[in-house]
Amino acid sequence: MSSQDIPEENLPAEQDTHGAVRVADEKNPFADPGLPPHEHRVQDIDERAARRSERTVAMLFTVSMLATVGFIASYVAIPRDKAIFVFPIGHINALNFALGLTLGLALFAIGAGAVHWARTLMSDEEIADERHPIEASPELKAKIMADFKQGAKESALGRRKLIRNTMFGALALFPLSGVMLLRDLGPLPGTKLRHTLWSKGKLLVNMNTNLPLRPSDVAVGSLTFAKPEGLEEHDENFPTEIAKAALMIVRLQPDNIKDKRELEWSHEGIVAFSKICTHVGCPISLYEQQTHHVLCPCHQSTFDLSDGARVIFGPAGHALPQLRIGVNDEGYLEALGDFEEPVGPAFWERG
Amino acid sequence: MSTNESTASNSARRGKAPAGERVADWADGRLGIYSLAKTNMRKIFPDHWSFMLGEVCLYSFIIIILTGVYLTLFFHPSMNEVEYHGSYIPLQGQLMSEAYNSTMHISFDVRGGLLIRQIHHWAALIFLAGMFVHMMRVFFTGAFRKPREVNWLFGFLLLVLGMFTGFTGYSLPDDLVSGTGVRFMEGAILSVPIVGTYLSMFLFGGEFPGGDFVARFYSIHILLLPGIMVGLMVAHLILVFYHKHTQFAGPGKTNNNVVGMPLLPVYMAKAGGFFFLVFGVIAAIGAIASINPIWALGPFRPDQVSTGAQPDWYMGFSEGLIRVMPGWEINLWGHTLVLGVFIPLVIFPLVLVAIAVYPFVESWVTGDKREHHILDRPRNAPTRTAFGAAWSSWYLVLMMGGGNDLWATHFHLSINAITWFVRVGFFVVPVLVFIATKRICLGLQRRDRDKVLHGRESGIIKRLPHGEFIEVHEPLSQEALHTLTAHEQYKPAEIGPTVDENGVERKVKGSEKLRAKLSEAYYGEDSQIPKPTVEEYKEITSGHGHH
Repeated sequence: MSSQDIPEENLPAEQDTHGAVRVADEKNPFADPGLPPHEHRVQDIDERAARRSERTVAMLFTVSMLATVGFIASYVAIPRDKAIFVFPIGHINALNFALGLTLGLALFAIGAGAVHWARTLMSDEEIADERHPIEASPELKAKIMADFKQGAKESALGRRKLIRNTMFGALALFPLSGVMLLRDLGPLPGTKLRHTLWSKGKLLVNMNTNLPLRPSDVAVGSLTFAKPEGLEEHDENFPTEIAKAALMIVRLQPDNIKDKRELEWSHEGIVAFSKICTHVGCPISLYEQQTHHVLCPCHQSTFDLSDGARVIFGPAGHALPQLRIGVNDEGYLEALGDFEEPVGPAFWERG
Repeated sequence: MSTNESTASNSARRGKAPAGERVADWADGRLGIYSLAKTNMRKIFPDHWSFMLGEVCLYSFIIIILTGVYLTLFFHPSMNEVEYHGSYIPLQGQLMSEAYNSTMHISFDVRGGLLIRQIHHWAALIFLAGMFVHMMRVFFTGAFRKPREVNWLFGFLLLVLGMFTGFTGYSLPDDLVSGTGVRFMEGAILSVPIVGTYLSMFLFGGEFPGGDFVARFYSIHILLLPGIMVGLMVAHLILVFYHKHTQFAGPGKTNNNVVGMPLLPVYMAKAGGFFFLVFGVIAAIGAIASINPIWALGPFRPDQVSTGAQPDWYMGFSEGLIRVMPGWEINLWGHTLVLGVFIPLVIFPLVLVAIAVYPFVESWVTGDKREHHILDRPRNAPTRTAFGAAWSSWYLVLMMGGGNDLWATHFHLSINAITWFVRVGFFVVPVLVFIATKRICLGLQRRDRDKVLHGRESGIIKRLPHGEFIEVHEPLSQEALHTLTAHEQYKPAEIGPTVDENGVERKVKGSEKLRAKLSEAYYGEDSQIPKPTVEEYKEITSGHGHH
């Protein structure tokens, strides 16, 4: 387009005849020169440009309507388990993809239309508004203070101390009922954190096969997870019990066991440690068979299973508790008691 | 007679008035909407790209509420064990909680359910990220100064509540990763001296995991926290309207006015449109970017875990605290003080409180009781900017610690080395960043000063008759001169004479000394470049041949 077709009186030069040229203040060159004159956009002076903007906005709103139709069509037409390949995302659910993009487009087009409308067709002339101090004027403040004094005096709260004190007492006490009501949120800790399901004679049951373990099932270098005999996945309290009783079993060469007590509590080099990290309770599951280290994948506490599971790196504060094991008459691995110390994260009463 | 006349004319007008006006009249007679519109309909909002960051937060919050209500229609907040029989084949027959089962149902069997879930979760991440960036904007431009300190606190509370709403939210599906996060929280609670075990029992209704926490988190996540947040957000917005918006210095913009576009129509169209832009973008993200694919993680079991488990990003710094802390434990008199977990638990809120109280510290140091509506450019408040940058670096170092396993596997680094880097960096990096940022700010102040006094480098090289080459500097316009010199510079506070005129020594309080010291650090010679004065400017511009 050329500017020759634009009517003369619409051009900025015509409108800015008054006071457009400002000279720098002689006294203070840094003084505020005031709001700069408004600069016209092409839409302000050329009706055809304005009409083009209008068409763009209308087109965006139309796109939105079509996208909503597309959303409804996708919802009805696309089976919910259909997968498609989209480069570069890979295989994704077609329905989710179609619904999300049509909804996104329908919304985005409304927004783009509104913003384009505001930017090109609504007035962009800057306006200055006065601010008023947030603080009240001294007169108003004086009036409020007087009112308050009057009110306080009429209440006689300051004079009748007995009322005041008993009222404060009542108001301070009644929330105690609310605190009391919270008591039954849970039981008291007691010694719950000190005991697990393990006890003398309980067989070590393989977590994967659900069968009791024999020493021959545990090969050197392997890592086996075990649970106490009698605890089944369908049991109502299974998650809570396994959160404490989960056991990991490894087999070391008896010569490699550095810790004396660990050797005593083992059976033919088979040692059983709590699987629950002593840091904040994640299940430990990474075993490095060459070094006999186990690593907690949550916070990287590392324990040396050949040396009483002491902490060799990371944020854990103490060694993993060991379960004393042996073999019963039928040749199955069994526990010789509960853990001697609480499993899992440390707590105040642990000692 | 005159009353009769006016009633008559009123009724005559009422007959003719368009429907919209009649509805407005009806509402005004009961709600007083015309008085409300008088101050607000043409309210002025200044235009700056950074002012839309808060809008991103508001809109993503609204999106979270809308999608969240939809999700509650299908979600079962129960930990009863059920067997899975939905349409996702790999988990057929698996035991899981009803919470996990219903989330699977939403993801696979409700058409559009997965989309709404993903929009909900993405919007939550964007909400938190938006609040962070919005707070940075407010912080680095000094928009938190009087009269806006209370609004800063409201915003801060929204951030903290947002973090906990997010945490309780992503724990609800009861999948393997989120369950591990809850276990971590339980371990942290256990570390609290004296009451830790009691708190844990009361929160979980017994031992972890028990059968209660999903239902309890649910009411916290959908009712308690969002309810408080809606209240805070309304208060936040009312205060924004009441205080009016801040603006950057510039021609025609003073501390006593606000320059911009009126709410009706420009700002309404832009801000209203922006809601749809944000919603549209988040919906598109929900279409193409998978988030929290619980079917791939599996249901929670306290004895199972996966590697690379990460919380949502805004919890990353607390994860870093817990990962890099040495495992200190003190056993005395039959009790255990779990410092290795308890210290991170204490530092966690302190990291956040540091930014909450900052406005009050700064106003105490400056002793400035005036209202501030003109924003600072970050360079003109070097100490504040350096503090903010140091805090951000601190936060990032901790986030790095929170992802130390991912850093190790992705960049083939030693996890021990990363952990040690974070342990040292926790103390060292913020200090280095503070010093570097302050120097950069001072450098930029010098540049502004040169620009004001010597003009803009035009890039034109002129050769003088005697062969010398000079670069032509173009003097700045008055607008630019005003903008670059509009900021205020404080003088360091002085304690004043410690001996009065009678020779009696005055007691100087410790707090007063501290304040003078801080003030010197903030506004002393090493902390700001004196801005050019009119005299300097005149002297340089009047002398010919001086560039």
